[in-house]
Amino acid sequence: MNAYASPLERAWYIGLRVLVGLVLAFLVLPILVIIPLSFNSDSFLMYPMSGFSLRWYEDFLTSPSWQQSLKNSLIVSPAATIIAMALGTLASIGLVRSDFPGKTLLMAVLISPMVVPLVIVGVAMYLFFAPLGLTGTYTGLILSHAVLGVPFVITTVTATLQGFDFNMVRAAASLGANPVTAFFRVTLPLVAPGVISGGLFAFATSFDEVVVTLFMASPQQATLPRQMFSGIRENISPTIAAVATILIVLSTLMLITLEALRRRNERIRGARTA
Amino acid sequence: MPTETLSLSAPPNDPVVGLKQRLRRAERRRKLLYGALILPLALFLAIAFIWPIAALLKRSVDNPEVHGALPQTLAVLKHWSGDELPPAEAYAALTRELTAIRGTPELGTAAKRLNRETPGYRSLIMKTARKMPLDDGVDPQGALMSIDSRWSDVDIWQTIKRTGSPYTAFYMLSALDLTIDADGDLAATPPEESIYLDILGRTFWMSLIVAVCCLLLGFPVAYLMANLPQDKSNNLMIFVLLPFWTSVLVRVAAWIVLLQNDGLVNQALIALGITDAPLQLVFNRIGVYIAMVHILLPFMVLPLYSVMKGISPVYMRAAMSLGCPPFKSFWKVYFPQTLPGIGAGSLLVFIICMGYYITPALLGSPQEQMVSYFIAFYTNQTINWGMAAALSAVLLAATLVLYVFYARRLGASQAPAGR
Repeated sequence: MNAYASPLERAWYIGLRVLVGLVLAFLVLPILVIIPLSFNSDSFLMYPMSGFSLRWYEDFLTSPSWQQSLKNSLIVSPAATIIAMALGTLASIGLVRSDFPGKTLLMAVLISPMVVPLVIVGVAMYLFFAPLGLTGTYTGLILSHAVLGVPFVITTVTATLQGFDFNMVRAAASLGANPVTAFFRVTLPLVAPGVISGGLFAFATSFDEVVVTLFMASPQQATLPRQMFSGIRENISPTIAAVATILIVLSTLMLITLEALRRRNERIRGARTA
Repeated sequence: MPTETLSLSAPPNDPVVGLKQRLRRAERRRKLLYGALILPLALFLAIAFIWPIAALLKRSVDNPEVHGALPQTLAVLKHWSGDELPPAEAYAALTRELTAIRGTPELGTAAKRLNRETPGYRSLIMKTARKMPLDDGVDPQGALMSIDSRWSDVDIWQTIKRTGSPYTAFYMLSALDLTIDADGDLAATPPEESIYLDILGRTFWMSLIVAVCCLLLGFPVAYLMANLPQDKSNNLMIFVLLPFWTSVLVRVAAWIVLLQNDGLVNQALIALGITDAPLQLVFNRIGVYIAMVHILLPFMVLPLYSVMKGISPVYMRAAMSLGCPPFKSFWKVYFPQTLPGIGAGSLLVFIICMGYYITPALLGSPQEQMVSYFIAFYTNQTINWGMAAALSAVLLAATLVLYVFYARRLGASQAPAGR
């Protein structure tokens, strides 16, 4: 913006910023609005608030069904993430380092769980796992969540490996490291940011998953989002606002971690190309 | 390494070729070894994902009910012309088989399946099965006809024959509001029964509106971010990424709180004098649109931003230095370069929206439910898996076609960004 701008350009300059400000407010304000309501002392989810209280957090921490769902989420999501990370990282290294006809197609198939509508995944897995006795079990739920997390690990880890110099592995081998040692001592530490952010994506996917869970889980395995889903559907109470606030804090933490990883990765890349 | 000692003992006449071959072989072995790393995941997905989906799709043409319940009757009917009443063995076989399966769930599912083809069939089968077994020495044909006169109706037998094949196009055709009429020709389902084209059309239409709204809101955001200094645009990016990372259920809950009758939005509208009485903003289409746009907007902004980031500012400057007014040069020079991003973002939003379940389920009335809802409905409520599978097949086909389109677009859009 300079002093010679015409009034029209000035209007455009200001108008664009106002418009973008409004859109960003539309994106963020609804999320922020629910936070104060979780501290409301009466049971109505509306403003003006009548007073400050922590009773809804107490309700969350003492209600058996919310506690069970929190426990279930803390069992299912980490387990699914570990499976997705282990299988996904191995496969990503394989994908980047090997060459065979149909590789692009295979890659497309490996990331297809991200594309197929969740209801289809849910129904398909339900009908397939039910005769095997795996619906309504932790095993079945963990496996289904692992499937959904895999594409995120594949995309982030292959992207990180694109910038990985495989001469490092050759150097390790020439210095006498066997492939397994070279993997754990050289490759893994260097691609760790990619693996961790892929894992975070997989974790977030599982931790927020409700559609496939609706089909695969019995009430005993109801996860936190599943519990929220029925809570919202039946009668939306301030306890939901309290859970929402906790989840917002959690997602902010994940966002900060990811951003730090991204900046670290950028710094390393910048240092290498400089 | 053993390969090196081997290469020393290679035929002395052409050591270079021998070494090359060995190198190529070692290289191939290495690639094969790395390829093997993909196997565990490929196996896992094949068993836990591809197979279930293939099995689901197969159900859309499966027709096991009558085929499984009345195999002998069907074997007799196979050689029956269908013009006059079937032979006496058909009556005998049917009596035998009804006797064998009466009281089992198999009879119920077969009766239900026949009833879907010809209304009233269920009661006919149940009524007949209750009279089983027949007394010894009774002629099955006469007995069946006296139990219900419909057993002397050729059409009733044709229905058994028709629904008895192990595969059927019935569900797939129904999903497109088509049916096979009595003459065996393709025909449109009668209007009072045809609902699926409506649902598919609604799904497409709602996804289109959401994609257009996301584009209109996302374009200015991406444009400003791409043209600000990096540190400022990184800060703006947080506003896009925070909702992106926030649980969808949190956002749905937030919108219910905001849009309800005495929510903040209605309070503000009344305070501003825009309306006297609260507007119905949630549990209808408006609520679904608002929440869907909110949820999917980041999916529009991110690809748009990455494309715009790769557009060099020199083209705009060149156009303006040649005398083109700013708005015209924006429209003629800058905007066409953003088209790959617009295509990628819109397709992505459209694809995700088309398969969405949570938002319409929680924020919509029955008039807002899209294909996904009906797939879940047929699976959980009416246990009509054939119909659920057929609708899944239609939705999956639409998704995959658009996804292939998207993957091509993305390939095109990443080229300038990577430069």
